[in-house]
Parts: sequence; C-alpha cells; structure tokens
Amino acid sequence: MRVNFTVNGRPQEADDVWEGESLLYVLRERLGLPGSKNACEQGECGSCTVRLDGVPVCSCLVAAGQAEGREVVTVEGLADHARQRDLGTACGTSLDEARRWAAKGQDSRTGEGAELSPVQQAFIDAGAVQCGFCTPGLLVAADEMLEHNPNPTDADIREALSGNLCRCTGYEKIMDAVRLAAARQSEAV
Amino acid sequence: MDFLRPASWEEALAAKAEHPTAVPIAGGTDVMVEINFDHRRPDYLLDLNRIGDLYEWEVGEESVRLGASVPYTRIMENLRAELPGLALASHTVASPQIRNRGGVGGNLGTASPAGDAHPALLAAGAEVEAESVRGTRLIPIDDFYTGVKRNALAPDELIRAVHVRKADGPQQYSKVGTRNAMVIAVCAFGIALHPATRTVRTGIGSAAPTPVRARAAEEFLDAALDEGGFWDNGKIITPSVARQFADLCAASCNPIDDVRGTASYRRHAVGVMARRTLTWTWESYRGTTQQKGSVA
Amino acid sequence: MPTNGAPTKITQGTRAKGGIGESTLRPDGTLKVTGEFAYSSDMWHEDMLWGQILRSTVAHAEIVSIDTSEALAQPGVYAVMTYDDLPTDVKNYGLEIQDTPVLAHGKVRHHGEPVAIVAADHPETARRAAAKIKVEYRELPVITDEASATAPGAVLVHENRDDHHIGHVPHPNIVHRQPIVRGDADEAARRADVIVKGEYYFGMQDQAFLGPESGLAVPEEDGGVHLYIATQWLHSDLRQIAPVLGLPEDKVRMTLAGVGGAFGGREDLSMQIHACLLALRTGKPVKIVYNRFESFFGHVHRHPARLYYEHGATSEGKLTHVRCRIVLDGGAYASASPAVVGNASSLGIGPYVVDDVEIEAIALYTNNPPCGAMRGFGAVQACFAYEAQMDKVAGELGMDPVEFRKLNAMEQGTLMPTGQPVDSPAPVAELLRRVTAMPMPPERQWESSEGADVRQLPGGLSNTTHGEGVVRGVGYAVGIKNVGFSEGFDDYSTARVRLEVAGGEPVAVVHTAMAEVGQGGVTVHAQIARTELGVAQVTIHPANTQVGSAGSTSASRQTYVTGGAVKNSCELVREKVLELGRRRFGTYHPAWATAELLLEGGKVVTDGGEVLADLVDVLGDETVEVEAEWRHRPTVPFDLHTGQGNGHVQYSFAAHRAVVEVDTELGLVKVIELACAQDVGKALNPLSVIGQIQGGTTQGLGVAVMEEIIVDPKTAKVRNPSFTDYLIPTILDTPTIPVDVLELADDHAPYGLRGIGEAPTLSSTPAVLAAIRNATGLELNRTPVRPEHLTGNA
Repeated sequence: MRVNFTVNGRPQEADDVWEGESLLYVLRERLGLPGSKNACEQGECGSCTVRLDGVPVCSCLVAAGQAEGREVVTVEGLADHARQRDLGTACGTSLDEARRWAAKGQDSRTGEGAELSPVQQAFIDAGAVQCGFCTPGLLVAADEMLEHNPNPTDADIREALSGNLCRCTGYEKIMDAVRLAAARQSEAV
Repeated sequence: MDFLRPASWEEALAAKAEHPTAVPIAGGTDVMVEINFDHRRPDYLLDLNRIGDLYEWEVGEESVRLGASVPYTRIMENLRAELPGLALASHTVASPQIRNRGGVGGNLGTASPAGDAHPALLAAGAEVEAESVRGTRLIPIDDFYTGVKRNALAPDELIRAVHVRKADGPQQYSKVGTRNAMVIAVCAFGIALHPATRTVRTGIGSAAPTPVRARAAEEFLDAALDEGGFWDNGKIITPSVARQFADLCAASCNPIDDVRGTASYRRHAVGVMARRTLTWTWESYRGTTQQKGSVA
Repeated sequence: MPTNGAPTKITQGTRAKGGIGESTLRPDGTLKVTGEFAYSSDMWHEDMLWGQILRSTVAHAEIVSIDTSEALAQPGVYAVMTYDDLPTDVKNYGLEIQDTPVLAHGKVRHHGEPVAIVAADHPETARRAAAKIKVEYRELPVITDEASATAPGAVLVHENRDDHHIGHVPHPNIVHRQPIVRGDADEAARRADVIVKGEYYFGMQDQAFLGPESGLAVPEEDGGVHLYIATQWLHSDLRQIAPVLGLPEDKVRMTLAGVGGAFGGREDLSMQIHACLLALRTGKPVKIVYNRFESFFGHVHRHPARLYYEHGATSEGKLTHVRCRIVLDGGAYASASPAVVGNASSLGIGPYVVDDVEIEAIALYTNNPPCGAMRGFGAVQACFAYEAQMDKVAGELGMDPVEFRKLNAMEQGTLMPTGQPVDSPAPVAELLRRVTAMPMPPERQWESSEGADVRQLPGGLSNTTHGEGVVRGVGYAVGIKNVGFSEGFDDYSTARVRLEVAGGEPVAVVHTAMAEVGQGGVTVHAQIARTELGVAQVTIHPANTQVGSAGSTSASRQTYVTGGAVKNSCELVREKVLELGRRRFGTYHPAWATAELLLEGGKVVTDGGEVLADLVDVLGDETVEVEAEWRHRPTVPFDLHTGQGNGHVQYSFAAHRAVVEVDTELGLVKVIELACAQDVGKALNPLSVIGQIQGGTTQGLGVAVMEEIIVDPKTAKVRNPSFTDYLIPTILDTPTIPVDVLELADDHAPYGLRGIGEAPTLSSTPAVLAAIRNATGLELNRTPVRPEHLTGNA
C-alpha cells in the first residue's frame, strides 16, 4: 500500500508498504530516517519515540497505515522543531531564516556545525550519551516534557522518562542533562 | 494482509461485518507487538484511528460515556473526578508513550486478565457499548469477560464506548509489578465505595483466568458496614473486618504460577492491596462525611 | 559502500586544550543526539536483501530432516542455507574452543540454536520463508544442572571432545575446572571461633544492550566480503569468520558500525557469518537485524551460578579460612566459560586477607542457553556470595559488618589465593571508609504536603503503598575485579598515529581497531593524542581491520591497553618529529641537541618552556606515521592443580552503600540511594569515569531486584525472551548514585590508570541485597530477589 504523511515538516510518500509494517520501519528503511531506534519493537523501551501529531508515541507500535495524513517529528527534526517553537511559528520559513540555513555548512561526517536544540546540547554537555542508542527517544520525550513543564521536579522528570530505557548511564547524567536544559531554557526566557 | 481504513464508524461496522476476522487496531499497543514478533498474521487490519467519535467522551448524569480510543493520558488528565479508579488505573498503564496511544477499548478487546483497566471498570460498574451492523447493545461489565483473552463480543461487533458509572464515593486502584514503572501487572486490585447504594464493589486483575470481582468479599463487607452503621457513623473500620475482607478477596482469586509471579504470591498480594485500598477509600469517605458534618 | 550510514569519522573540535584529566566531551556526541550516528542496524544499501535465521524450537534434539524446498520456492527468496551448504570444512567457531556450529549439524543443543538461514527482498518475505522450512526433531533428554550433567550415564552435550581442557576435567559435561589451594584450610578451621556456611544462587542475567545484533555484509568484486558490524573485537571476529567462508583474512574486510552497547554480549559472534554466507551466496548485500525476541537467543548471557561457601573467623574478627565451590552453568557451548572459571576462582574470596584457602570453580556444559562474557565476568557471581558471607560472619561475631571487612581488607602487598602479590594500591578499607562517610539520604522523602508521592515509594506509579509496611535498610559491599586478559593471554593492542599539517594546522589522526561501544574510548584516545603530541586537532579514524588488533572492548581493558598503545605510538611519533626537527632546525639552536624537548600547543618547546619551532614548520609537507603494538606486562596461566601463578595484570576495587526502602508486606523494593567509592588510578576523563561507575552500578542493581532469564528446568526453554518479562531498571527504579573517586596511581599502568568499567557492577548487587536483608531480616540466598521471595510466597 501507499502511505503519505509529513515528517519533520516535509511531505513524504512511501510505496509498496507491507500492511504489517510499523511507522518505525517506514521511517528507518524507506524514508532514510534511521534516527528513531529499533531496540525492542514492543513498546517497552522508548527508543523509537516520535511525536505523532505532537504526542510522543512508540513508532514501533503505530501501523504505517495509521500515520496516513499525519504529522511526525523525529529526532532528526528536533532542532528545527525547537527553533520553530522558540520563534512561535508552527510552520513556514521566513526568507531570512532560509538564508541563514543556506549560509551554514555542516560536516556530514562529524556533525560539527549542526544546530542543536537545548535538550540535545544538554545531553552532550552533561555526559548523558554513552552508546547513544536510547538517546533519540529520550530526547524526543524530554523535549516534549520541557515544552509542557519548563520547571520539572526530579520526580516529574523521572515519571516523564519512565518509558525510556537506558542501559549505559544509570540515568544520573540523563537527569543532569534534563535539569541543565530546563535551567538554560528558563535563563533564556 | 489487508489494511482497512474506514473513515467513519458506519464504514468500520460495515467492514467488520464483511470481514469478521478483521483485527481492529487503534492504539496498536497490543496488536503491533504481536505483528512485530510474528505471533499473529491477521488477514485484515481494521484501523480505527480515523474515527473521531472514538476519541470523545461525554459526562452524563449517571455515567461517563467514554469513547473506546480515548487515550489513558486523557482519562488521567480529564476524568480524575468522575472516574477516579479508572484514572488511577490509567496512570499505571505501561509508559507515557503507551498511555498516549492506548485506550480502554483495546484493553476490553484483548480481554487479557492483566489489562490494567479491568479491575477499575469492575469496581466502578460499567457497560460496554458494542455495535455491529445489526445494532447496538450494552454488555454489563460483569458479563463481558468470558475466558482467557476472550470476551462477549460477536465476531461482527466493535466496541464503540464504555459507559462507566460516575463515582459516588472514593475509589482506589493498586497494581503489583516487579518494577516501579512500565510493568505488566503481577496482579491488581480496584475498589469503589458506593455510598449512594451503600455497597462496595471490587475488581481483581491477573489473578484468575479473567478479571473478576470478589463477590463474597463485597457481600461480607456490605453486611459488616451495614450492621455496624459504618456508613452513618463514619467510624474506622475495625482491623478484623478489614482482614476478613482481605482474606475473602484473596480467596476469590484463582491464579497461576508464571514468569511474573507465583500463584501464592498473587493471592497474598491481592489480600494486602484489598486491605490497604479499603483503608484508603474509607479514610477518604470519613474525611468527606466529616467535612459535611454529617457524622461526629 | 553503503549509501546510508557510512561509518563515522570523528574530529575533536578545538574548544579546549582537551588533554588527559579533563572532562572533554564525546567526539561522537553531536551525531548521536541528531540521530545521524550510523549504528549497525541503520546500514542500508541499494538492492540489499534481508537475512533471517530459523532457530530451534527445542533445546536438545537430533535433527532427523530439514526440508527447505517450499521456502526456496517463495517469490522474493534468494537463498536458503543449512549446514549442508557451508562452503568449507570449517563449520564451527568459538572464542577459545571451536564448539559452536555455524548452523546446526545433526543435533541442536539449546533452545534457539540457528538451524537455517534465508535471504529475501523484505524482512517479512524472509520470515514467511523461514517459517516454511520443515525441521523434524527427535528430542533428547535435557541436561540442565550439575546433577543431571554428571549423573551416571548422562547424555554428553558434546561427544568426542578434543579441546585442551578435556584432559583435566572430571566429566565431559564440565568445560573447565580450576582449583586453587593455598595454606591449610583444615588446620585453619580448627582455629576458627565461628564457622559460617552458605549456599547461594545467582540468576542468569542478560546484557540487554539496546542496539540489537545487526550488520550488513557487502560482497566485493574480488570475491571477498565487507562486513559493517557492531562487535567488541573486530579481529577476533575476523579470525573466526574467514575460515568458515574459506577466504583469506585480507578478503574479509571489517568496519565497525555504531554499537548500541555491548557489556560482553558482543564478544561472541552472532549474525556475522550468516550475513557473509548469504551475501557471498546471493552476490547481493545482506542485512540482518535481530528483534528483541531473537536477541535473547542471539548472544550469550551471564553464567548463572550456584555457590557454596564456608568462612571461618576468630572471635577477634580475623578470617581464618575460606572454602568455596562455584558451579557456573555454561550452557550448550563453551564461549568464554574457561576464562570465567579462572576469574570466579581466583577472585573467589574477595578483597580480603586469607592465608588458608580452598577454592574450586567449574563450568558445566548443559542444554541451557550458552553463557559467556558479561561485565564483571565471573567476579560478579562470587562477589554476591562472599559479601553475603561477610555479613553473616560479622553477624555471628556481633561485629559491625563494615568494621569486620576493614579488619580483613587486603592492601598493597597482600597475596592473592593464587600467590600473586597485589603490587599496586589496594585501598579496600579506605573505599569502605569513604562510602560509609557519605551523608545518608533523608528519611521518608516520599512524604509531601499533599500526601505520599508514590513515585518515591516502593511500587512507584502502581500505587501500592502510601507508606504502609515500608522499612528502610542499609547495606555495604566491596569487590575486586581483574583488569585485562589474564592467565598468560597475549593481550596487546595496536595503534596507528599520524601527524601531518592540514589546513595550516598540525593534525593527529589516531587509527585503531578498538570497538567504541559507548564507553568513550574515542574521547580518551583524542585526549591522549593531544597530551602526547601537543596538538589541538585530533581525528579518530573509523575502526576497521586495516590496522592491527586492538583486542577486546571488555575486561575493563581498553583505556589501559589500547589507550596505552595510542600513548606509545604517539611517543614514537613524537620521537620521529623531534628527529625531523633536529635535521631541519638543529643548527639554529643548541637546545635541539641538549634539552629535553616537548610538543606543546602546536610547538616544539624545551622543558624550560622555550619555543624552538612550530610543528607546522617542522612537519612541512611530511607525514609522520607509526603503527605499533603495545603490551601490558605478561601473565602466566594458573596451575591446574593448585591455582598458583601470577595470572592477573591489575586489580580494580569499588565499594557500595545501598539504602533501600522495602514494602515488607508486598515484597516491593525501592532503592533510595546507591553510593559508590572507587579507586580509578587516574581519571583520564572524569565525566566518563563517573558515567561508567553509575552505569555499572545500575546493572548490578538490576540483577539484585529484577533481572533474570528464566529457563524451564524441564525443557531448558527460555520463558521470558522479551522486554515485557525480562525487566531492566527504568529511571524510576534507579536512585541517585553519588560517586567518590579515588585516584591512587598504579605505577605499572599508563598514566597510573586503572581499568574501571566492571568493578562497580560487582559490589552493587550484594550491597542492595544486604540492604534488603537489613530491612527485612530475611536470609535471601539468591539474586535477583523477587517480591515472592520477600513475602514467603516463592
């Protein structure tokens, strides 16, 4: 079957989709967006978390056909998503912004020069990334929490991230990262 | 495999009538796991995501008509006053991501004894609104679960909504798992005080082939509360009454040993949860009645 | 070349000076937070096929027949292969003993053993085809424990063994046996005022790395194959893969793809050979990705163990002797079992002074899932038992358990049971002192003005208690782990370092085959190069087999050994650069000939700080490159009868204090805090060091209260191969983990560093168990403890 939906602000079309495929599979294997991770494929780890019409969900448990006509944000679009949120624009790109993007190069092999969302930067700075396989899902979940709850308590952070397993860090540096992102956000306001 | 995408409820019913083996998929949190792990290859998947009615709820005089696909997150956030037991149960479901997708319709459709919503629905009192092209019927929750992962739905029926009685008294819900979040119930317990009818209802999950009520315990407690005039005098329930209630709840279980826990533990834990949740609800009842000044 | 997910080249930015001792940030961090880092499961190639493995549905059976015809006839199926299709006479592989069939031959020995492989144009096509392969089994009785393995007439898991252990094991169903005898335990036992015996069980733990086994094999024009793979040791894989394919090693090119965690579970091969076989058979790139279900069958686990201990002590609290017997279940194939036996035995009494010791460790062959390497490697199981014993003995003596440990703590100079002196700092008592001195977390943190916050109580969001039945407990433990490969293994690493001018700046390129699995080796290599070569820009070359072996990313060894190799190669490069400088500029300044010269800030300077030249000018357009192997000091095998010998390279120590709250009625546990003190020798990157300690601590917590692969004792089948029923800690199960880092240099190691990754996994588990015992008064002789063990409903 054919599925059309929007990913990170861009319309996408996938053809010859098997009916049993998940949104995760389509993102990773058909649309060249492997950032969302395939760690458990049973909704028990959160590594595949994306926003579906704004809501964090496990993309492994969304049938590809269910994404028809809907808006998906993945970790690859997180920085843009955060910037547009800051600008207060839901969609669209000003001419000025477009020029700014064009002027900025990015080294595809190292990621140097990439513009990051506050929570992405905080994960790097706080040492919250080790193997990094859980990181994309955690970033999407943490970013969404900070959108709704800019000043979370530790218990709030733990509850919001309780659907995202990490096997490397023991979560302490992830807590640090989310606290850091929240603090930087509130300073910026 | 075919993927059916009805745009309306009527189309969905027609599709289900035409393909009774079609597997409805809404939040996908059960069905997709089975597909991803190659446990199930239905001929048809019937996607219910496009049917907006299923995501709505109405608060009526007596009950809440809760659309089958209203996500658990919405129930937690919006129906805590009307459906406190179900809201608590919703908060124990899996993870935030799953609560954003899953709804009560899926729990009922799968009818796993471990479904988190069941004990709360049993305790509150509910009816399942099942519909097919042949018509609509309301199935009392007590008659809904017919066996392990089996329910009273006919092959051509879909769950449109569940009508849950609005709380007329305190409700509680507890679930035991071996992890502090994102865990399937080893066993679960729901309780609802119904001061209007001076009755107590219960629900037990994962401790029998189906979700069950502890009827003997309910009857015992109804009688004990009545005899002691507890509903009026708001006295603390005596430990011996609470203990006997707990023992009767435990006795109403018919659990198995599995990788999640032993039968013996399940019985024990149901008893502990029954005693604790009775205490919490009764304390709450006493608090509200005392505030109203109706008891000394 | 894969068009998507090419291997990741990493350049460290110029933000900081960034040498050793600083918390420089990961060079792969940006890619990992943007989703661009290419993990092995992200690989994609035009026209690629998907591989699928058919696994045995029973644990022990003869294969009567395999019929692949229907599977082969499916549209979209390109190849189906069984044992009969293997191209050479080499049909087995294995880390030490080549006992593991690439595809089952005549017999399957455990549940989930690979029987056939399929390549098709879509994963679902491959799955459906695999399901159409008909395998007829004739079931055999299952061997599941020591009793069934060594019973008279027991079926042999491996007939006709000819490995180098068969000569000294008491039964062919025993992989390896290591006794260690020192002093006279019988004599010492007579001096004991108390004797405490205990029997313990340690459940089967899974590494549960989040990135599933996966990779992409691309056939090459020269008849070879290029494998993009997540592994812990490229060259070890290569040595096992090439002979099966019938290719010389230089025709099997291997590139490390992004690794989503490892923890020992990628030390053995999983889908490597299968992907290569299918790629060579079909002439197309083949990708294989396990799902989580398959992952539980696709790698070895931590050995479950039954441990029998006897400790004696005088009434003054001095240990007189220890006797112990450790029975490890190695499952169907040997994997790393022999080395795990070596560790369990040699580290079996813990970091204590005991002169009279009798130890025996064995690993069994059974029909249970194969077990091998996991973080802590044999030392974990022993630590759980000996620390429980230490608490019991202290209890018998009426002594404080920490004081009792301090009284018996080893220190530098202590002899191990193997007779090996501990010749670097062993601050066991100091670590205990530090962990005890940390402030205790406040009581009843769950109380708030709005009632109990269930998120901070046992049961968490499940709302099981508002404080009822909740009792606090505190427990302590300390452990000892070896660092590096032991027992005479030639444990070396290779590093190629190049220095050249690029873009007007001196740039160092570090090329090793080290598997970066998340630990931060790439960060540390760049730091070492900056420190040794005085440059700002360091590029970490993708790891592959175009450079010599870097050994395994395991045994806490990479910073020590490959870090040591990078340091060594940098030093050699530095010598060459200075030589070049002397040739070019030696006549301009006498210091070139007379002074000690350093590379700092992109310049050649004297040790007095005088600048002699810019590196850019010294190098000109020349490239200075060195590839060299580096070894730590040698070890020897343990004597097969007495266990004596200097078998280990270095020891690593950590201590934990666990604070738990237990709902004693429901048996639910909330760990409130897990404080750790560890000696790291020298923290090359303090942020990463703490990350390792916290991560290791959490894996220890997991196996204390929830993690266990449950195998049916009647059928030897795995009952919980999923993340629904194999539970690892969530963020709500994991407490704050304050860490006190001690840095006492080991003069034998580069920069004085100590391997750190594993020690925290040892003492975490027994500390949590001790805290639960303290809260409940229960004996608790197994781990993990589940609720039913705490309520008497097991």
